[in-house]
Order: sequence, then C-alpha cells, then structure tokens
Amino acid sequence: MSENKTITFIITRQDHPDESAYDEKFEIPYRENMNVISALMEIRRNPVNADGKTTTPVYWDMGCLEEVCGACSMVINGTPRQSCTALVDQLEQPIRLAPMTTFPVTRDLAVDRSRMFDSLKKVKAWVPIDGTHDLGPGPKMPESKRQWAYELSKCMTCGVCLEACPNVNSKTDFIGPAALSQVRLFNSHPTGAMNKSERLQTIMDAEGLMGCGNAQNCVQSCPKGIPLTTSIAALYRDTAIESFKSFFGSDSRV
Amino acid sequence: MAGTRGYVNRRLHSLLGVVPIGIFLLQHLTVNFFATRGPEAFNAAAHFMESLPYRYVLEIFIIFLPLLFHSIYGVYIAFTAKSNLSNFGYFRNWMFMLQRITGILTLIFVAWHVWETRIAIGFGWAELNYSLMEGILTEPFFFWFYIVGVISTTFHFANGLWSFCVSWGITVSPRSQLVMTYASIVVFVAISYIGVRTLIQFAYGI
Repeated sequence: MSENKTITFIITRQDHPDESAYDEKFEIPYRENMNVISALMEIRRNPVNADGKTTTPVYWDMGCLEEVCGACSMVINGTPRQSCTALVDQLEQPIRLAPMTTFPVTRDLAVDRSRMFDSLKKVKAWVPIDGTHDLGPGPKMPESKRQWAYELSKCMTCGVCLEACPNVNSKTDFIGPAALSQVRLFNSHPTGAMNKSERLQTIMDAEGLMGCGNAQNCVQSCPKGIPLTTSIAALYRDTAIESFKSFFGSDSRV
Repeated sequence: MAGTRGYVNRRLHSLLGVVPIGIFLLQHLTVNFFATRGPEAFNAAAHFMESLPYRYVLEIFIIFLPLLFHSIYGVYIAFTAKSNLSNFGYFRNWMFMLQRITGILTLIFVAWHVWETRIAIGFGWAELNYSLMEGILTEPFFFWFYIVGVISTTFHFANGLWSFCVSWGITVSPRSQLVMTYASIVVFVAISYIGVRTLIQFAYGI
C-alpha cells in the first residue's frame, strides 16, 4: 500500500549563477524513513518532474550525511536547516526546497559559502602555534571553561545563522553570528588568548560585532544549539572593556 | 579608519539613547504629569523648566544634538534591516522589528511635537502653558496621534534599555537577558501610564 503513496516536492531551481530562479514540482514514490537527501537522490535517479517531463537532475551539496559538515544546508519549508536530518515523515507537504538566500547560488540548491570562510580568516579563528622551535606544552584550560568552549567548537559553518539573521542581507556587510562566536572560542583558549586584543579589534566596526541587532534568530535556529547570543553579548562586554582601554591608553602597550 | 568610526557611531548611538535622551524622556514625562494636579501646577512646573539657567546650552547638548544623532543614525540602522518575521516569528525578532518601526514612528511624532511646541514657542507663535496642550489634544485626531506617538516612544525606550544592557555587556547570560525583558516590560507599562494619563488630562480634563 505504501508503494502507491507519493511525496510532493516544490524545488526552487537555478541553472546558472547568472540566470533567474524558477520552481519545479516533483512527485516521487514514498519509502519509509526517507530524508530530504534520499528524496533528492530519487529525483536524481529518475529526473522526471510532476508533469511527466524529463528534466535535469536537481543539484545539491552534501558531505557527511550526519549533520556535522554543514554542506547540505538549504531552506526547507521556510526554515534553513540541514537536508540530511530533515525527515520526510516530519515535514508538511508539499515540501518546499530552496537555496539559502544569503549566499550566491552556484546551481539549484547548492550555494557558495565562501564569505563565511573569509570571515573566519578575517577574525583569525585559530590558535597560532607555528614557529621555528618547539614551544613546549601550552597552558592548561580549566575544565569548566573547556565545557562551554566545546559547545562553541561545534560550529560547522553551515550558514543557517546567517540565513536567519535579519541584519545579514544585501544592504549590509555584517559578518554574522558564526564568526563572532569563533572569536569568543579562540579568545577563551589559553594560547589563543594571546591574540585576544587583535581579534577584538578586527570585529570592532560596523560590519563586525556592531552589525548585530539582537533579533536572536541565530540562537533559535542553530542546528548545533550553540549559544550564539551569549557569545555575542560576551563580546560586547569584551569590546567595551577593550575600547575603554584604547580610549584612555592601555598600560599593556608602548 | 572607517571601520573604527562605524564602531564608535554604533556605541554612541546606543549610549545616547539612554544617556541623555532616555533620562530627558523620563524628566519630560514627569514634569508633564504635573498637569494631573491641575493647570496651575503644570504651568508652575513648565515655567520652572523654562526658566532654568543657561537653558539653550542644556537644550542643545542634552536634547537636540543627541536626538539628531540618534535619529539620523537610527534611520540608517532601521533601513538596513530586512524583516523575516514570516519565517522566524520569535519574540526577540518581533521586538527587533518593533524597535525599528517605533523608532521611525517616534521620529515622526517627535519632529511634529517639537515643531508644534518648542519651535512655535521659540518663534513666539505660541506660549508655553496648559492651554497650548489642551488646545492641541482636545482635537480627536491629535489626541490619537499623541497616544500612538507617546506609546511608540515609551516602547522604543523600554525595549532600547534591554538592547542597551546587551550592547554594553551588562546582561550576557540568557537568564539575565530574560530578567531584563521582564524589567523592560515593567518600565514600558509604568512610563506609558504616566504619558497616557497626562494626555487624558489635557484632552478631557479628568
């Protein structure tokens, strides 16, 4: 009996980055325990749309298939999330798939998230330890701090928080919550803290921390449950102290 | 560096909204509340404020310049946001959009209010007393215009206090932010009462 059941998809497609988007409807046979990716694989296997016309297979991006890589993020029924963990049985039909609008579309559901990786480079989201000689073991990190820092390290740069943010749009260059939270992560690391001031200075502009409008959609939408708004508020505190230091002259600088 | 200027502008915008503009708002609503004790009490309070020493300095540096900066930069902030309430109908997202909408409403209201009172008085077209406000507010259209204006101002201030506390790193944890949400609701209700009560006094004399 389940063989006759079908699932309806309405997919926003785009053949080329410079071409305009259009919607295409697909009816695919239902199987138990499908997720959006297995449905997309079914369309790829038999690329026939709801009108019975053969079309090009829908293109999307994917990697780990277990919600840790962030590559398969798309807007599913209005909500940005990973398609690998979007279970068909839990979705209202017709299931609408669209690419995230915050990023340039490469093709169909695949987007180019380069801006996020550029942001990580901008804020130096790493601990610099390279050098010409062995520096020995680093300082220890308190366990209580390690626990919350670990939560921040779960970020997979998937882009959902940027998609959910009303201040990340074509009118601003706001860096978005993901990279900001990474500033807090690497500033909390005992060795990373050596570059704390430098990281704070890079986000102290209108496109950095100040681009945030406290709508707090990011923390509601993050698939990894990262306390993004706590990170942002903590950075507000750190940058406030940092700017007082720079304003009145710091004793830690010449 | 342009970047640093953007940072300083945002910080300044957040600070000026509370100090001095927010403090002026509280003072202004309080002085106006004298109207509920009758025209003589209001006239005496208004005359006291009017006859403060170096009044123009106080007005320029505590009211007009901060207000101009906060409103002009605020319009820029409001129009760089892109509402996405249909897909993200969370409470804070609503507050985010309402903060921008009430900001614009408040600007329209305050511009009209300053024109009709302070500027008109400055040019000698009107005199600062109870009957000036009574004359304005007994017209039903302007009564409701003032109701909307006052409530959007008090909302913008109360919700602005919440974001001020986040933006200056005072409330960091989700719990402290929640407590501040309740506190800002109390502030909103309290100062809205003060404002609306005064308007009713001017309009209906009760």
